[in-house]
Amino acid sequence: MTRAGFQALWSHWRRNPLQLFTLVAGLALATALWSGVQAVNVEARASYDAAAETLGEAQYDQLRPRSGGTIPQDRYVALRRAGWLVAPVLEGEFAVNGERLRLVGIDPLTAPAGLGTGGEEVDLAAFLGGRVILANAETSARLGSIADVTILVRNSVAPGTIVTDIGSAQRLLQRAGAISRLILLPGQPLGRPPLAAIAPDLILDPAQGGTDMGRLTDSFHLNLTAFGLLSFAVGIFIVHGAIGLAFEQRRGMVRTLRALGMPLRRLVGLMVAELFLLALLAGGLGVVLGYLVAAALLPDVAATLRGLYGVQVAGTLGLRPAWWATGLGMALLGTALAAGGALWRIARMPLLASAQPRVWGVAASRGRLFLAALAVILLLAALGLALWGKGLVLGFALLACLLIGAALALPLILDAILAFGQRHARRVIAEWFWADTRAQLPGLSLALMALLLAMAANVGVSTMVSSFRLTFTGFLDQRLASELYIRTDNGAALEAFAAPRSREVLPIQSIDMPLAGLPAQVYGARIGATYRDNWAFLAATTDVWDSVAEGQAVIVNEQLARRAGLWVGDRLTVGTLTLPIAGVFGDYGNPVGQAILAEPVFKRLFPGEAPTRFGLRSDNPIALRRALIDGLGLPEGQIVDQAALKALSLQVFERTFTVTAALNVLTLAVAAFAILMSLLTLAAMRLPHLAPVWALGLTRRQLGGLELLRALLLALLTATLALPLGLALAWTLLAVVNVEAFGWRLPMYLFPADYARLGAFALVAATLAAAWPARRLARTPPAALLKVFANER
Amino acid sequence: MNAKVLALLLLLPVSAQAQGFAGIGSTADGFATPAPNHTFQFPADHGAHPDFRIEWWYLTANMTGSDGTPYGLQWTLFRSALAPEAGAGWQAPQIWFGHAAITTPTAHHATERFARGGIGQAGVEVAPFRAWIDEWQMAGDTFDHLSLNSAGPDFAFAVDLSAEGPLVLHGEGGYSVKSAKGQASYYYSQPFFRLSGTLTLPGGNVAVTGTAWLDREWSSQPLADDQTGWDWFSLSFDSGDKLMGFRLRQTGGTVFTSGTWIAADGATTALGDGAFTAEPLETTPVAGRDIPTRWRVTVPGHDLDATVTALNPQAWMGLTIPYWEGPVIVSGSHAGRGYLEMTGYD
Amino acid sequence: MLLEVHSLEKSYPGADGPLPVLRSVSLTLDAGETLALTGESGSGKSTLLHLVGGLDVADAGSILLEGEEVTTLDDRGRAALRRGRVGVIFQQFNLIPSLNVGANIAFHARLSGPVDTSRVARLADALGLTAHLHKYPEQLSGGQQQRVAIARTLAARPALVLADEPTGNLDEATAGAVLDQMLDLVAETGAALMMVTHSQALAARMGRRLHLTQGHLA
Repeated sequence: MTRAGFQALWSHWRRNPLQLFTLVAGLALATALWSGVQAVNVEARASYDAAAETLGEAQYDQLRPRSGGTIPQDRYVALRRAGWLVAPVLEGEFAVNGERLRLVGIDPLTAPAGLGTGGEEVDLAAFLGGRVILANAETSARLGSIADVTILVRNSVAPGTIVTDIGSAQRLLQRAGAISRLILLPGQPLGRPPLAAIAPDLILDPAQGGTDMGRLTDSFHLNLTAFGLLSFAVGIFIVHGAIGLAFEQRRGMVRTLRALGMPLRRLVGLMVAELFLLALLAGGLGVVLGYLVAAALLPDVAATLRGLYGVQVAGTLGLRPAWWATGLGMALLGTALAAGGALWRIARMPLLASAQPRVWGVAASRGRLFLAALAVILLLAALGLALWGKGLVLGFALLACLLIGAALALPLILDAILAFGQRHARRVIAEWFWADTRAQLPGLSLALMALLLAMAANVGVSTMVSSFRLTFTGFLDQRLASELYIRTDNGAALEAFAAPRSREVLPIQSIDMPLAGLPAQVYGARIGATYRDNWAFLAATTDVWDSVAEGQAVIVNEQLARRAGLWVGDRLTVGTLTLPIAGVFGDYGNPVGQAILAEPVFKRLFPGEAPTRFGLRSDNPIALRRALIDGLGLPEGQIVDQAALKALSLQVFERTFTVTAALNVLTLAVAAFAILMSLLTLAAMRLPHLAPVWALGLTRRQLGGLELLRALLLALLTATLALPLGLALAWTLLAVVNVEAFGWRLPMYLFPADYARLGAFALVAATLAAAWPARRLARTPPAALLKVFANER
Repeated sequence: MNAKVLALLLLLPVSAQAQGFAGIGSTADGFATPAPNHTFQFPADHGAHPDFRIEWWYLTANMTGSDGTPYGLQWTLFRSALAPEAGAGWQAPQIWFGHAAITTPTAHHATERFARGGIGQAGVEVAPFRAWIDEWQMAGDTFDHLSLNSAGPDFAFAVDLSAEGPLVLHGEGGYSVKSAKGQASYYYSQPFFRLSGTLTLPGGNVAVTGTAWLDREWSSQPLADDQTGWDWFSLSFDSGDKLMGFRLRQTGGTVFTSGTWIAADGATTALGDGAFTAEPLETTPVAGRDIPTRWRVTVPGHDLDATVTALNPQAWMGLTIPYWEGPVIVSGSHAGRGYLEMTGYD
Repeated sequence: MLLEVHSLEKSYPGADGPLPVLRSVSLTLDAGETLALTGESGSGKSTLLHLVGGLDVADAGSILLEGEEVTTLDDRGRAALRRGRVGVIFQQFNLIPSLNVGANIAFHARLSGPVDTSRVARLADALGLTAHLHKYPEQLSGGQQQRVAIARTLAARPALVLADEPTGNLDEATAGAVLDQMLDLVAETGAALMMVTHSQALAARMGRRLHLTQGHLA
């Protein structure tokens, strides 16, 4: 009997290959979306990690000579022999093939993992022997070829820099036995003597938290993860739709099988087994598909067959076991969620109930009321959470309530709009068009919900990513405005030397002290064109810089302002001085509060502090750098070319922005597929709706045109509703989740052109999805329509 | 950079499946190779042999705390040459790496170090004896009286070693054959160290006493192409006898065994292929793979038929080259303690 | 003469080539006349009705309705024919599920031009549908649904009413009542009626009857 039951169930698929295709393709696409987003996310993370490694100087504590110059190699060995795990770095300027480059020598055996090489394999013997050097693509192209040396392209190497073994570096720079600085590695052993006992001439530079991009990128990761979950939700809706329709179609067969004596329990068991197999098949297809799509969309990443088995190969995308697990889990979970309701209805279905699938429920059913109530409750909960919620978990709860509530409310809102249209229709065909669109809504609502979420996700992604980019580039311009950054113990000499050679000399002087009872830093700024031109404020008085320059005001960062409950106009006590706050500035990535005073005020308050760091503005930073080294005798390692680092980090972010655009395309394509499949599945059930209208005098072509128009109308309405939802989503992420997770709020910008483009894309997608079913309708033979009136189907 | 992985892949370049110490280079371009009938020169041979590709100073110890808790300790200094010359400065082709570990019945701590040989960060001197990498050091006026110290982020040890027996030469007078094709190494041991000292563990300092076994081995290509890994036993029986035995696993499921039966007075009997057997009785999932942690070990010629059980089955050395190494307990025809090393389990 | 059918041929594609359904069928119908078409299942009586109503296309022959040739009309012309001069009542599923009874009754009339609301109200009243105007088709019984279809057809004032087993799905008592109402109302509008039925009793109440056997008129 089991075998016969299986045969009967499968015979349905054999006779309706399109439905089987819908089910498998829907599940596979949903899974593909999920695993594709995972791939995008992983790739984005890898890009950041590469950037972090390149900018990695800041992430480790370092030892450098107290009085400038270099560190003798013996001191390095002595430190290692005392249990200090340090890694040597020698830097210098080096001319090769007419190019002046920064040469960085490292010891690959002790260097922190990933420094310089971006975690990719390099032949060690060749590297130690000086036969291999590393540079990024641009530097490598500039260099051309060098005799007896292979240049390996590693784009994690900073621009204008070549990385080589420290032994070669000493030889090339003619500085035998010299080391510029020592990187202090994590995981130091027990029982180390104090630094002063071994190397009193070295001082420890702590890792620079202030310019660390780590917290910025953490924020970005969090937001991308949120969108990963959203894509999961879109997928679930599609799977739900595909399975729900497949079950509706088989009500007749279930009735027949039961009438023939198949026990209900056995029948349900068979269907569960059948679905499990289908979900496994489709899920597996989806994981592979997602992997291939991601590999095709992502730049510089290759998919390989080996990658499918999780093998990590440099420059290729590996399909991790976790993707298999979550991908198949997603397919099974989605199937279970979708099939649960359908199986329950089948189990409850009276033996003699109509086999005709219900497409049109006139009366407001109990289910509709329930969904409406649920949607209202969820949306109210979202509102409540937005107003009064605190904490990261509640921030995500807000997201969930907002999205599910909006999705559930969608059919009700659309129905209300269509009913309004029907009431105000004048012509009889228009009236029927509105009414029939309403009638079709229940069958399409899952696909439309998927479209709503996909559109909202895309609006949210566009807004979030673009806001992030504007904020980030603005922040970099503001904070890394100077072309060169200098570290020196002799500030007076540097100022005297640099002043005539640069546009502006900006001392960076600060002191750690509590402000308003919170840990904070106070800076003394030399206010000039750099500050006036580059700094953006979240809030400020009109004459903010003048009043700060005159010593009449102070400006504070957002963290301090929010935590201390201060804003523009409030007064802040710094040491013995109390000044009004003239401006609040965004300070992304900084964990502590900050206040900025004018330099003279700072010197008066803290006379003992002398600046040890300087920013230099120059139109010719290369010449200035040369002059500082040759003329002032400043060690290479104490000059940082921030402009180059800034360019590199921006480039890395641009790549991520491209990747998220690919995500948008993927999501909308899947939503369009959901619409197509829903329309195709509904087509047969819709004949009883269309045949009477045809018989009363409409041509098939007219009916097909109206079908197309109907899909466009629904897509347009859904897209319009998705816009505020997407903006609410972006707002929640930027202004709620981010504040809870990181303590600062990312400003939200609006991008109407992007939204218009997305909307147009959604309409095109819906048109494409509806075109085929409409064309099929326009070509239905009259005999097929006439059958409606004669045959019990 | 994955320089560390690379370093080891380069040092041990053979085949992908030969992860670990088993996969030692199949060619020995320019490197010296071991030959039979070698006469050792001590103390000179306690030092480094830079014209050979790979060499180690390998100490394992079975110890007991004052409360009777058993402990194990491992300290190894490896030398690996990129070219058969000593060299000086950064250009020296000698690379050193050190492994240190403490095993308790419930925990296993392990750490590693890497160093360039030419700049003084690591090396071996003969008289007085001194072997070091970073602050880790094994040193003494003579090879018979050594002090050993080492430290990682969460453990440290400092112990004194005193030899109570002679050096032991394995194989034919220290020429140890590793395959039927004739691959071989120079191999001798000091298995008679008495040990006392202090272990520093997360829970505090522990005073320990026990015995230690130091292996010295160097070669340029000790393994054949078809050998995928090894299982190495050093066992000290309550009777005073000791056994060194290893089993090289070959593709196709065959094994090559060799060993040395060491009487309490240091007299040795070489055990040729098959005279020593070891077969796994039970495996434990360790670090995502199945590792044999209970063995049947026999030497029919000396009436040995014993079960060797890991003190802590999770004694996994999760280092750049991962392998299993930890203390074992012997029961059956003979009772005792010892150490077990297993490589090449993927 | 309202309708002249001459030498009409129609076949459908079958497994072994074309399957003839109508073979050289000719008939005439005057305005106000009522005609019953009877015959076995598959005799072609429904097909004849469909061709006359512009619901399907003939292979050969001619159909003149009020002097105009129907067989040469294109898709749009046939649609216009269905909107204006012809009204069809099928056995079932006549009604538009998404519109209520009132909208259904007015639908056909509104398609062909301005609607006479008092006429719609009168028809609904005559057919006992006044209380059901705001209900939807699936809330009605089979008899009620057919009455709505009749009201809708007659509200559009077609010259020719075509009915294909209009009471075939109803029990005998209801069928009789519905047929009575239909005949009364058709007579009132002066339209001609051509009805397909397999019931001799119903056929007997029509002005004329024709019997089809394997595509031939007897």
